[in-house]
Amino acid sequence: MNETGTAGPDLAGRGPERGAKHLDLDRLLDSPQTRIVVCCGSGGVGKTTTAAAFALHAAERGRDVVVLTIDPARRLAQSLGLSALDNTPREVAGIDRSKGGRLHAMMLDMKRTFDEIVLDHADPQRAEQILANPFYQSLSASFAGTQEYMAMEKLGQLRAHGRWDLIVVDTPPSRSALDFLDAPERLGSFLDGRLIRILSAPAKVGGLGAFKLLTGGVGLVTGALGKVLGSSLLSEVQSFVAALDTMFGGFRERAERTYRLLQTEGTAFVVVAAPEPDALREASYFTERLATDKMPLAGLVLNRVHRPQADITAERALAAAEQLANGKAGRRAARKNGSASVRSTDPSGAARSAKQTWAEPDWSEEQSSFEAAQSAQLAAALLRLHAERVVQSRREQRLTGRFLASHPGIAMLELPAQAEDIHDLDGLREIIARSA
Amino acid sequence: MTNAVEARRAKADWSAVRLHVVTGKGGTGKTTVAAALALALAAGGERPGDRRVLLVEVEGRQGLSQLFDAGPVVYEERRVAVTPDGGEVWAQALDAEQALLEYLDLFYKLGPAARALRRFGAIDFATTVAPGIRDVLLTGKTCEAVRRRAGHTHSTHTHSGHTHSGHTHSGHTQGRGKTQDRVFDYDAVVMDAPPTGRITRFLNVNSEVSGLARVGPIRNQADAVMRVLTSAQTAVHFVTLLEEMPVQETLDGIAELRAASLPTGGVIVNQARPVVLPEDRLKKAAQPGGLDFAELEAGLAPVGLADTDLVSALAELATEHAQRVLLEAAQREELTATEAPLYELPLLTDGVDRVGLDLLAQRLRDQGAA
Repeated sequence: MNETGTAGPDLAGRGPERGAKHLDLDRLLDSPQTRIVVCCGSGGVGKTTTAAAFALHAAERGRDVVVLTIDPARRLAQSLGLSALDNTPREVAGIDRSKGGRLHAMMLDMKRTFDEIVLDHADPQRAEQILANPFYQSLSASFAGTQEYMAMEKLGQLRAHGRWDLIVVDTPPSRSALDFLDAPERLGSFLDGRLIRILSAPAKVGGLGAFKLLTGGVGLVTGALGKVLGSSLLSEVQSFVAALDTMFGGFRERAERTYRLLQTEGTAFVVVAAPEPDALREASYFTERLATDKMPLAGLVLNRVHRPQADITAERALAAAEQLANGKAGRRAARKNGSASVRSTDPSGAARSAKQTWAEPDWSEEQSSFEAAQSAQLAAALLRLHAERVVQSRREQRLTGRFLASHPGIAMLELPAQAEDIHDLDGLREIIARSA
Repeated sequence: MTNAVEARRAKADWSAVRLHVVTGKGGTGKTTVAAALALALAAGGERPGDRRVLLVEVEGRQGLSQLFDAGPVVYEERRVAVTPDGGEVWAQALDAEQALLEYLDLFYKLGPAARALRRFGAIDFATTVAPGIRDVLLTGKTCEAVRRRAGHTHSTHTHSGHTHSGHTHSGHTQGRGKTQDRVFDYDAVVMDAPPTGRITRFLNVNSEVSGLARVGPIRNQADAVMRVLTSAQTAVHFVTLLEEMPVQETLDGIAELRAASLPTGGVIVNQARPVVLPEDRLKKAAQPGGLDFAELEAGLAPVGLADTDLVSALAELATEHAQRVLLEAAQREELTATEAPLYELPLLTDGVDRVGLDLLAQRLRDQGAA
C-alpha cells in the first residue's frame, strides 16, 4: 500500500493532526438542537461502544437519552441492563443523575420491528396472513437489508414517540457503512416497485396460470422468475405481495420520511473509524455520501488510536535498547543463554516471544551484577515496546493525515486504544475521559 | 512432483482441502489472512506454474485489489500475484447479479428476456431481496471453480450441469502455465467469505432455500453446492484477534457450523503481538504501580535515559502490555477449547503490503496451515 506523500509527524510519533478541527463532543451533546446522533462506520471499528459511551456521557450531562444498539457485546449489553433482545427501551441503572439526565437503552429486534409494522398497517386477518407467509418469514429474518431498514424504522418510531430529547443510534455491522443509507431505499423501492405490481396482478386473477395470457416483457419476467425460483416460491411471493397490497404506500412513505429526518438540522452523523486503511476508506465513502445527500456530519471519531506515552523517537529507543543488550550487563546475560539477545532494529513486530528478547541473567554472578543485568533487560524490553508503539502511531498518523487531506475541515475526536475490553459504565466513562 | 515436495504438502494440516472458506468478525483482518493463505497455498511447487490458487471475493469491496496493489479485481479471474517459486494466485470478485444473468443465459438461453428481467427489477429482486438466492449464486460460482477441471472450457463442460455457470475463460488469455499435468484448474480456492455472524447462514444454502424453493433449478443448485461444502474438500477457517468479542464470535461460529454439519477448519489468531516480559514480571506489572520504578530507572541509567517522565511512561506502557498479554492468554485458552488447530500471525505495525503478505504466508506455511 502506498503510504507516501504525507509529511510525517515528528520523530516521536507525536504531532498535531494537520487540518484536524477538534470535534467538541460536549457542545454537540449538550446542544438542545441535537436530537439524533447516528454512529456509522464499517464493521469492527467500535460503533456500538462509541454509541454507548456518547449516550452515557450525554445523559450524565443532563440529557434524557435513549441509545439504540444493534449487536452489543454480551458484557457491554449486561452493563447497560440489556439482558434480552426485547425491542423495548429499558432504563439504565448506575448513572450519575445529578444533572437531571436519564439513560434508556434498547437492542434492536429486526423481526419484531417488521412484525409490528405489519400489525400496525394491515387489518388483523390480513396481518395474520402476512406473518404466516414463508416468504415474509425469510424476508423479515434474513434479508441482508432488513436490519438496516428496521434500524431506521425504529429510529423513526423513537423520534415520533417524542419522549427522549436525544436519540443515539448504532448502525448494523455491515461491511459497508453505506448500507445503512442504501438498504431502506432498496427495500422500499422493491416493495413499491414495478416488479411487485407485475407479480401481484396475476395473483389476483388466479395465480400462475394467468401468466400465459400476459404478453411481452411481463410474461417473460414472470416466466423466467418462475423458472429460476421454482413456481412454489413464486406463488408464495405473489400471495405475500397480494396480502401486502394495502401497505405499499406505507413502506415507501415511511422509509422516505425517516430518510428526510436524517437530513434535518437536529441530526448529527458521526463517522467512526479505526486508523486502518479499510476503515478509513469506508469512512471516506461515507463522508462523501453524506455531503451528496445533504446529511449533517458532526465529524470523525477515530477509535483505537495508539499514542506514544514518552517523547523519545523509535530510533533512539531501539539504539538504547541495543546498547543495553550489548553493554556489560547485557553481554553477561547473553553469554549465559548462549545466544545474543541482540535483535534487529526492525520494530515491525514479527512474532517474538519473551524467550528471544529476554535473556535470563547468570545466577552465578554477584548479586549486584545480577541485579544490574535484570534491570538492563527490563529497560531494554520496555524501550523496544515503546519503539513499536511509536512506529504504529506514526503509521496511524500517516493514514489519518491522508484522510484529513482529502476531507479538509472535518472535525475529529480521537479515542485511545484500550488495553482491556469494555464491559461496564466506568469503562464507557473512561473512553470519553481519555478522548482528545 | 518430487517426493520431497509431495511429502511436505501431505504433511500440511489441510492437504485434502480444496476449498478454504475464510471468515472472521469485521476488523480482524479476514481479507488479509485469506490473501496470505492463498499465497501460502500457491507456494511450494516444483516448477513455475505448478501451483495455482483462486482467491474469491464475495462482498464486492475491492479489498483484494488494495492488498495486492494489482488494479481492480473483477468478475473475470485475473492473476494478481506470483510467489517467488512461480506459484500463481488468481483473484475474482463475484457478483450475484452477473452470476444470475450468466446462469440464466446458460440454462435458458434467455437473450432479450434477460434485459426485460433487469428492466423490471427482477434481477435486483432475485439477488438482493429473495432470501438465499444471492448466497446460492455466490457459493455456487465458487464451487464451480473448485470442481472445474484443467483444460476445460465451460461450453464443453457437460457433466453436473447445474453447478457451473458459464464462465467465459477470458481471464485465461493472460497466459497460464502448462495444464497437461493437472487434474483441476485450481489446486485450491480460497474464499474471502462474509463475517462470522453470517457465515453459517451463508454456507448453509440448503436449509436457507429449502423453505422456499422445494423444487426447481435453485433447489438443484443448492443441493450441488451442499455436496461440495459438506465434503472433506472444504474447511471453514476463522480469523480472530485475541480480544473478547472476536473470540466469542469465533466460538459461536464454530458451534453453529458444527451444528449445521459444515466442516470447520483452523482458527487463525491475527495481529498477535510480541510478549516482551517474562511471566513473573507480567503478573506484577499488570497491577497499576506494580512495576519497580527504581529498578527501571537503574536499568535506564547506563544509556542516560533515567528521567522520571520516561520511567513513568514506560511503567505505564508495561502495565498496559501486561494487562493485554494476560487477557490474550485467557482468550487463547478459550480458543484452545474448540480443539481446532490454532495458528498465529504477527501484527504488522507497518501495515500490510505485498511484503507483509509474503511474511504472513510464510508463517502459515511454517505452522503447517498450508
